[in-house]
Amino acid sequence: MGKLVALTGNIALATAMRQINPDVCAAYPITPSTQVIEQFSEYVADGLVDTELIAAESEHSAMSACIGAAAAGGRVMTATSSQGLAYMWEMLYIAAGMRFPVILACVNRALSAPINIHGDHSDSMGARDSGWIQIYAENAQEAYDNLIQAVRIGEQMDVRLPVMCCMDGFTTSHAIDTLELLDDKTVRDFIGEYKATHPLLDVEHPVTYGALDLQDYFMEHKRAQAEAMKNSRKVIVDIAKEYKKISGRGSIYFEEYYMDDAEVVMVIMNSAAGTVKTVIDAMRARGEKVGLLKPRIFRPFPYNELADALSNVKAVAIMDRADSVGAEGGPLFMEFKSALYGRKNQPMMINKIYGLGGRDLMLNDIEEIYKELREIKNTGKIKALSEYITVRGEEAAYGKA
Amino acid sequence: MKKKGWKELPIGGVILEAGNTRGYATGDWRTFRPVIDLDKCTNCMRCWIFCPDSSVVLVDGKVDHFDYDHCKGCGICAVECPENVKAIAMIEEAEAKEGK
Ligand code: SF4
Ligand code: SF4
Repeated sequence: MGKLVALTGNIALATAMRQINPDVCAAYPITPSTQVIEQFSEYVADGLVDTELIAAESEHSAMSACIGAAAAGGRVMTATSSQGLAYMWEMLYIAAGMRFPVILACVNRALSAPINIHGDHSDSMGARDSGWIQIYAENAQEAYDNLIQAVRIGEQMDVRLPVMCCMDGFTTSHAIDTLELLDDKTVRDFIGEYKATHPLLDVEHPVTYGALDLQDYFMEHKRAQAEAMKNSRKVIVDIAKEYKKISGRGSIYFEEYYMDDAEVVMVIMNSAAGTVKTVIDAMRARGEKVGLLKPRIFRPFPYNELADALSNVKAVAIMDRADSVGAEGGPLFMEFKSALYGRKNQPMMINKIYGLGGRDLMLNDIEEIYKELREIKNTGKIKALSEYITVRGEEAAYGKA
Repeated sequence: MKKKGWKELPIGGVILEAGNTRGYATGDWRTFRPVIDLDKCTNCMRCWIFCPDSSVVLVDGKVDHFDYDHCKGCGICAVECPENVKAIAMIEEAEAKEGK
């Protein structure tokens, strides 16, 4: 049994970083992730970790320094949000393509313009094709647990990919939450020692990183990278099970809440899932068969498992806290549609874009969606395939209803 | 050489053998090539120092010829050769190939 503490999500992450004790941490501050590195830099200054902390001049440089340090042979971590992640963009692909298990804590925040510092998933969703494993957290506890597991997942020999651990800006990053910490030794035993594949600091065995790779070999390297992401599917399961043994906590690909007999279901990620659970408790007390499916792993997308989980459901609302402008719905919706394509038991599906730039999703909004789903289940008719909710003015619905 | 499949390659495009560019002709897109007049050359070694592709070849410590498999024809050597010597001329690759 671990120690029960009250921490903000950011400090929970900094605590996990202290326990992980990475070789190098290169970062540049940005709201709402600033506090992660601010707190961690105190641990460095106090000598609680052996980490070399690099205060870079930008996020592009921060990720570049992470890549360099990983090539040298180090276990490397950083944190960022929003524009910071956007500014790392080209380096994200390079970390993944060079197969460095860099760990990035992404405190989700909207992307400008207009400028906004509050939570939504536009930043990490935009990076979904960058080759990083992506894990999402509902609260400080999950964020802490995910960060520790990320080290093991990324470093697995047949994976060797960077991992992005996401949680909501402010709602999770700045609110004080209770969580249970593992003791330092348990964490260190769990993550074990890092063995770099071809460290540049091994001067007896010189290697070249970042060489030109043209028509004759580029595709083979990309194919191998795709295989690594595929391999991570099993690793994620194994590590989650092993972590559960030491902590007693955690789901694998996703969490199911009252899914056993649920007829109508909401799919939602991160902090808003907590609000949905409150609504479900109230509706279940009235005998309504409502459920929640909360994805934890977004990359690799667990399409088979998710499709199986929805196979007995009649109607589903996929909740996107980011839009893919010009597409027929948000990024999560598109993934679910493709996961369910060709399946025998497809539920009817609608998509809601919510919470952009930190807009609240209230209990009543959620209950309205469950009512709409029940209507869809009863009539077999969808009014709007994808639409913005909790927005003032006329509703613009997308897609073939 | 038989090209390797994706399972046989080291991960991340890393090259395990140091200096293997020797076996890969990188100079085949050159449009100008340096040509040296050894009678004029004073062996000051400026071209050898400045060449970004280590393509100025020495024999017994003296400038001897260029490694045309790797010389990219940038002309840095010709520019760096001292004003009062100018032992290196840059000539069109097409002309050089025609043996003019
Ligand atoms: S032309 Fe450029 S690459 Fe070729 S020998 Fe001269 S300096 Fe080197
Ligand atoms: S720079 Fe000119 S003079 Fe000096 S070594 Fe080269 S060719 Fe000879």
